[in-house]
Amino acid sequence: MVNTVWIILILAGILAAIPAGNIEAVTQSAFDGAKQAVELSFGLIGIYALWLGLMRVAEKAGLVKALSSRMAPVMKALFPEVPAGSPAMGAMAMNIIANMLGLGNAATPLGIKAMKELRELSHDKETATNAMCMFLVINTSSVQLIPTTVIALRSAAGSANPTEIIGTALIATACSTLAGIISVFILRRYY
Amino acid sequence: MVAVLKTVSVFAIPAFIAFILIYGHMKGVAVYETFVEGAKEGLTTAFRIIPYLVAMFVAIGMFRSSGAMEFVIKIVSPVLGLIGLPPEVLPLVIMRPMSGAASTGLLAELFKVYGPDSFIGRTASTVMGSTETIFYTLSVYYGSVGVKNIRYTLAAGLLADAAGILAAVAVCTMFFGR
Repeated sequence: MVNTVWIILILAGILAAIPAGNIEAVTQSAFDGAKQAVELSFGLIGIYALWLGLMRVAEKAGLVKALSSRMAPVMKALFPEVPAGSPAMGAMAMNIIANMLGLGNAATPLGIKAMKELRELSHDKETATNAMCMFLVINTSSVQLIPTTVIALRSAAGSANPTEIIGTALIATACSTLAGIISVFILRRYY
Repeated sequence: MVAVLKTVSVFAIPAFIAFILIYGHMKGVAVYETFVEGAKEGLTTAFRIIPYLVAMFVAIGMFRSSGAMEFVIKIVSPVLGLIGLPPEVLPLVIMRPMSGAASTGLLAELFKVYGPDSFIGRTASTVMGSTETIFYTLSVYYGSVGVKNIRYTLAAGLLADAAGILAAVAVCTMFFGR
């Protein structure tokens, strides 16, 4: 599916550019995109190092295990294949908490850590496991409790009540996360 | 309320860091050595995701600059009209799974043109606050562990996204009226 989406994005870009006379812009943005990807990765090194370092401290102190045992009933229902108390469970629990709190730049390195632990549990290293799929769908469905970036933008745009969308966003987020979880449980039977 | 949230978000990260370090120290962990040891992983991880990010950024960049977006909007806007999504919010909905920076720009633009307290502004805010950049997240997470066959992850992610948008329109209509 990624193959299809990737090729469609590129071909649609090229095809749409011809009648619009945008073909040079498309070429330029291909080069720019490649450059941005590398610059972004370099920019992430420090942040990743910071959070993965802290994560190691939290792990050694037993904090991760304590947290994941608190969340055990929910985590077990979502990730039945992952052994309770495993490092993978701990890292996933940390990532989900960081996401809920809106600590975006902490959540990503913690999530990557979780992916590495999940890979340790899998046999075919190049194929996603059911647990990986579930974990990523929860991540991409946004579980953030308070959308701070949106509130800041609203406030900057002169909204009379920038925070009034917390409630609506929370309900929408709950719906999307729930739909994502249900989709995973259904789709895993067919793929 | 905004002031409270500002204070919370200002203190969230320092408090989180302090808590981990104090807890670790109390449990007898050599915090400095342990931190450095864990931080090493940051380097390899950031390097490993580069090819995946290049692939994604190139494709999204080409799509964005070509004008293909206007074409997609023309095709899907009648369908989205059925669920009550204002057509003005459509570019945001399409861009959101692809690029965080671009969708933030679109949101700011909508605020400027229609105001943050209009139905469009509120719906766009709710959509933005309840969805994520799916393509980026998948590239980074799967890229970091070298998984190439992601099976149904993208399908399930997009279904969740669609459910979030439907819910956003419904809830905003209910809460704020049109």
